[in-house]
Amino acid sequence: MTATTYRRPLPEPDVETRDFWEGLRRGEIVLKRCNGCGYYIHYPAPVCRNCLSTDIGNARMSGRGTVYSFIVTHHVVTPGFEDDAPYVVALVELEEQAGLRLVTNIVGCSPGDVRVGMPVEPVFDAVTPEVTLLKFRQAS
Amino acid sequence: MSRNPIEDKTAVVGIGWTEITRRSGVSVLSLAAEACLAAIGDAGLTPKDVDGLVEYQANDSVGALELADVLGVPAVNWYTDIRGGGDHAVSSVALAAMAVSSGACDTCVVYRALNGRSGHRFGAAKPSTMGGRDQWVLPYGYMVPPQWFAMWARTHMARYGTTHEQLGAIAVNQRRNATMNPRAVFQKPISMEDYLSSRWINEPFHIYDCTVEVDAACAVVVTSAERAQALRHKPVYIKGFAMGSFGRPSWEQWADMTEMYSKHVGEMLWRRTGLTAKDIDVAEVYDCFTYSMMCQLEDYGFCAKGEGGPFVASGAIALEGEIPVNTHGGLLSEGYIHGLNHSCEAVSQLRGDAGQRQVRGAQTALVTSGAGILGGGIVYHTK
Repeated sequence: MTATTYRRPLPEPDVETRDFWEGLRRGEIVLKRCNGCGYYIHYPAPVCRNCLSTDIGNARMSGRGTVYSFIVTHHVVTPGFEDDAPYVVALVELEEQAGLRLVTNIVGCSPGDVRVGMPVEPVFDAVTPEVTLLKFRQAS
Repeated sequence: MSRNPIEDKTAVVGIGWTEITRRSGVSVLSLAAEACLAAIGDAGLTPKDVDGLVEYQANDSVGALELADVLGVPAVNWYTDIRGGGDHAVSSVALAAMAVSSGACDTCVVYRALNGRSGHRFGAAKPSTMGGRDQWVLPYGYMVPPQWFAMWARTHMARYGTTHEQLGAIAVNQRRNATMNPRAVFQKPISMEDYLSSRWINEPFHIYDCTVEVDAACAVVVTSAERAQALRHKPVYIKGFAMGSFGRPSWEQWADMTEMYSKHVGEMLWRRTGLTAKDIDVAEVYDCFTYSMMCQLEDYGFCAKGEGGPFVASGAIALEGEIPVNTHGGLLSEGYIHGLNHSCEAVSQLRGDAGQRQVRGAQTALVTSGAGILGGGIVYHTK
């Protein structure tokens, strides 16, 4: 699929997020972590909100998590999603840190099968040659 | 101890609205001017008596100085244009109270004007950027408030067993109130069957869980308590307010999504005013969605955390219930004037002007604004 036929919003990586988006293209989830205290910093920031250190590095995540919450979108307003309703948007909480959550889509099952607390695993979806999105499916 | 130096130093002395429609056919400037003139006139004043203006908007309205020019306000001693969301329905009035009580100005008009249905719609935003935090959410089709609040509602349903019927009880009750409000954009009653069979927007939200976007404006006039004594209506004093957020003010990283900003702001408001939920006779609680209102009722202490569902379904929030809520029909049925209409209704109730939907003997009102990570609460009373 080329960028001209992919109509949905695509990320514009910046200095804080480039490592994350590049990681997804390799099939890795890379978030920011404080080298001082080990706190995962999401959304990315140049300062650790836990210990105020500015020594921030990258950390590869396991990808294991659970569904913290989810919705089933029927009334579509985001461009490019018109043919996919109803679709599931979820907040997945990663196992490494309480409250560390990513917005994502749950794929591979019908919306009616998604549950809060459901264990999930990552799906690396290369939607364009340049961009891979991180989605999740029910853990096997 | 908490300080509350603005306590009863100011009062709301005028309220005004335009007609509330789905297509005004006029400019936002026209709506703003009409509502402000109505509120100033209601106070028995003219624009020559006004020296402060505060408005809030989302790049969809008219700035304070433009309106001052149009209305012929001779001198502006305080003005603020706030860019933001429904949380500012309270903070804008609070700012006027602070401006008046500090001496910055004497009489301040607060307004919200928008062509929210025929013009810039909240529920149909267009992606403006894919940078910043948007890049984490927009690629997944997560973009508008009906999605964010449905996400929050789900956590409460999963943890406490809150049901669709309980959310529906809010929608049905507020529509009933709106049948007694000639201003309301929706005045036809709905039943629980109507609610449950209505189309999904974002599960767990049906369309009746969502506010109705409208074209309208409303305004309030705030002046000093001393000056208020000499004006034509019974003064409605501003007892105190609180606003803010806590923890992680992020829509996704918020620690516990079964609680809202109001967990913190509610405690602060009661500490400052020395009141509790039990002292409130009527509550106009920000209802961008049914669930937003229910969760705030818990956080402000009208019922215990997790009991909001049974509480709203019990009839407690009805006009004749223990705490009448959103007596005008709220944002769900009167219309989404971005929350400032809650203050207009509260003032109306405290004056005893609310007609068929009047809460008898109402002397103290809570108005809240915002939901989720941010918001505020303000207490009005007569004495």
